[in-house]
Amino acid sequence: MPNMSLKKNEMPHQAPEVRARNFKEVALGYTAEQAIDEAKRCLNCKNRPCVSGCPVNIAIPEFIALVAEGDFEGAYNVITRQSSLPAVCGRVCPQETQCESKCVRGIKGEPVAIGRLERFVADWHNANCNTLPVAPESNGHKVAVIGSGPSGLACAGDLAKKGYSVTVFEALHVAGGVLVYGIPEFRLPKAIVAKEIETLKALGVEIKTNYVVGKTVSIDELMKEEGFEAVFIGSGAGLPRFMGIEGENLKGVYSANEFLTRINLMKAYKEDSKTPIFRAKRVAVCGGGNVAMDAARSALRLGADEVYIVYRRGESELPARAEEVEHAKEEGVIFKLLTNPTKILKGENGMVGGMECVEMTLGEPDASGRRRPVVKEGSEFVLDVDCVIMAIGTSPNPLIKSTTDGLDTEKWGGIIADETGLTSREGVYAGGDAVTGAATVILAMGAGKTAASAIDEQLKNK
Amino acid sequence: MFKIVAKESLNPTVSKMVISAPAIAKKAEPGQFIILRVDEDGERIPLTIADFDRENGTVTIIYQIVGGTTKALDAKKEGEYICDFVGPLGRATETDGIKKVAVIGGGVGCAIALPVAKKLHELGAEVHSVVGFRNKDLVILQKEFTEYSDKYIIMTDDGSIGEKGLVTDALKKLIESGEKYDEVIAIGPLIMMKFVCKLTKEYGIKTTVSMNPIMIDGTGMCGGCRLTVGGKVKFACVDGPDFDGHEVDFDEAMDRGTMYREFERHSYEETCNLLNKSVEA
Repeated sequence: MPNMSLKKNEMPHQAPEVRARNFKEVALGYTAEQAIDEAKRCLNCKNRPCVSGCPVNIAIPEFIALVAEGDFEGAYNVITRQSSLPAVCGRVCPQETQCESKCVRGIKGEPVAIGRLERFVADWHNANCNTLPVAPESNGHKVAVIGSGPSGLACAGDLAKKGYSVTVFEALHVAGGVLVYGIPEFRLPKAIVAKEIETLKALGVEIKTNYVVGKTVSIDELMKEEGFEAVFIGSGAGLPRFMGIEGENLKGVYSANEFLTRINLMKAYKEDSKTPIFRAKRVAVCGGGNVAMDAARSALRLGADEVYIVYRRGESELPARAEEVEHAKEEGVIFKLLTNPTKILKGENGMVGGMECVEMTLGEPDASGRRRPVVKEGSEFVLDVDCVIMAIGTSPNPLIKSTTDGLDTEKWGGIIADETGLTSREGVYAGGDAVTGAATVILAMGAGKTAASAIDEQLKNK
Repeated sequence: MFKIVAKESLNPTVSKMVISAPAIAKKAEPGQFIILRVDEDGERIPLTIADFDRENGTVTIIYQIVGGTTKALDAKKEGEYICDFVGPLGRATETDGIKKVAVIGGGVGCAIALPVAKKLHELGAEVHSVVGFRNKDLVILQKEFTEYSDKYIIMTDDGSIGEKGLVTDALKKLIESGEKYDEVIAIGPLIMMKFVCKLTKEYGIKTTVSMNPIMIDGTGMCGGCRLTVGGKVKFACVDGPDFDGHEVDFDEAMDRGTMYREFERHSYEETCNLLNKSVEA
């Protein structure tokens, strides 16, 4: 008999006033009882609409049925048929616009908490099963993966499971890409990322850190001199964007990438860290996406008294996940919506002394379908802040494009790839933010998987 | 892990290390830099490549002990390892078409200026090197510079070696005496590069400077190394580190360089205390 409750089981969280001052994970996860109870809400529909909402087609009703029976390891095995990073995706996927948005239970009431169940299953496995997978027999083919973020790891994992000899090249000193430098500890503990990477290594994936493809080695050298038969580019979205307003180079103005990298990758949040960070008192974060929420919530945790999200459109246009916006509000982040920065003011010693803004109203819809923000005449005001963080997006890193002849890119820098991930260069595939521009972890993973199967098709018929 | 195959002290605060890094040595060019981390949980710092040996697979770095990280680096001995070493990053110095050049080095900046002087010398250019130090005890790389330069002038603040005065005094004298340079390449403290550029602008001589701002990843991801060049925002790690000196906003760069000065001082003292403790123990 299914559980006909209209509401999801709540997931325990750290209290907002407590968590806003520490970097420990916000959401604490279901207990086994809560997970089983929630799993029983699934109707196990024949046509499985939720699966069509998943970019990597996880057999959702199948794994949930196993959770309902208490077979958590069985559920884990179902998820990992499609996903190499379940503990990550259970935390950072926007389930509300993907699988859960298609759930029949969501028509009347709340959908089944698919994301929370995925997270529970992965965490249960990590806590209770220490067995690592065994590397399959080699098929003799070599593939290079550039970047160890979500798309690269997904691609590497799928190919390794098929017996390919996979080498991942990572520019930073630790693997994980945006999962380690971008997404904060309180949303995605780094131990979880490390565990998922250990699993990939057990499958035989070799990870070379401190290797900048485009500098240390080029794609042509990898293919011609080092014998890689195919290359997957998952180099991510690189260069941070700035607004081009006066004062952006003042001390105390960060790109979200720099601010988050200092905190996450370089552990500046720890008291004894060797990485410096400016512990500002009043912070403005410009932008309304998940990265903006991460930066704002991190600033609070570093001890800021007031943190503002400054966004030029309205609440319903915020690109961040509803849950992240909700969490930020609970923790005390102040939302200055329909507000656009025009100038950063210079304070003492070349530091930020405030930010001049204007208020906006929403006009006609623009090309993106969202209503275009228009400046409200005479609405200028100064926001009293000593730190500004720009979280308005990134553009693709030019290092690979500029060192790979014949690799076609869009005008804005994104690598052009077909639906299988194939680029204009034979044997060279690409996916994730390097192709699409800034998007989500799961879309990048999906692209990595698609490219993995295309690479497999290409090489196994060789 | 990257092995320190040789280490030498060049003066009381400047040391040289030869690091085994074959993949980087294979690609390195003068003007490029590496990023290193001394140990786990260490800071990432950029250092310009002072020399490289493709055959032996080594890269040479020369650093001044200024903060906690360089102090910790200097505590490492020959035969020991540093945790991370990545590169070569940035663009190589442009040397095409230069027939006669003045290479200006200030203090530890001479370590970066040397490979450029060496390359230009090997390409057959006439190289005039002007180097500046506070006093004779701080002079580095004198022998090497002499080897690759057609003229070599040392300037010191106190006149304890060479002539008393600034590198700009010597450069001005050379230009006034009728030397015609295709280009001036200046590498050293920001204030020195600023005044070299001010001088060469008066004479209309193209001037290249090497910028060394605060950096984290060195691949264009963080934007911390941004500076204003010709009114536009540039990232030193991917667009540089070399820039047209007449276009660089030095005042802004100097200001940005002081962002973590207090933290650095604190970290330097802490590292000193730690190292002293380990010596006592």
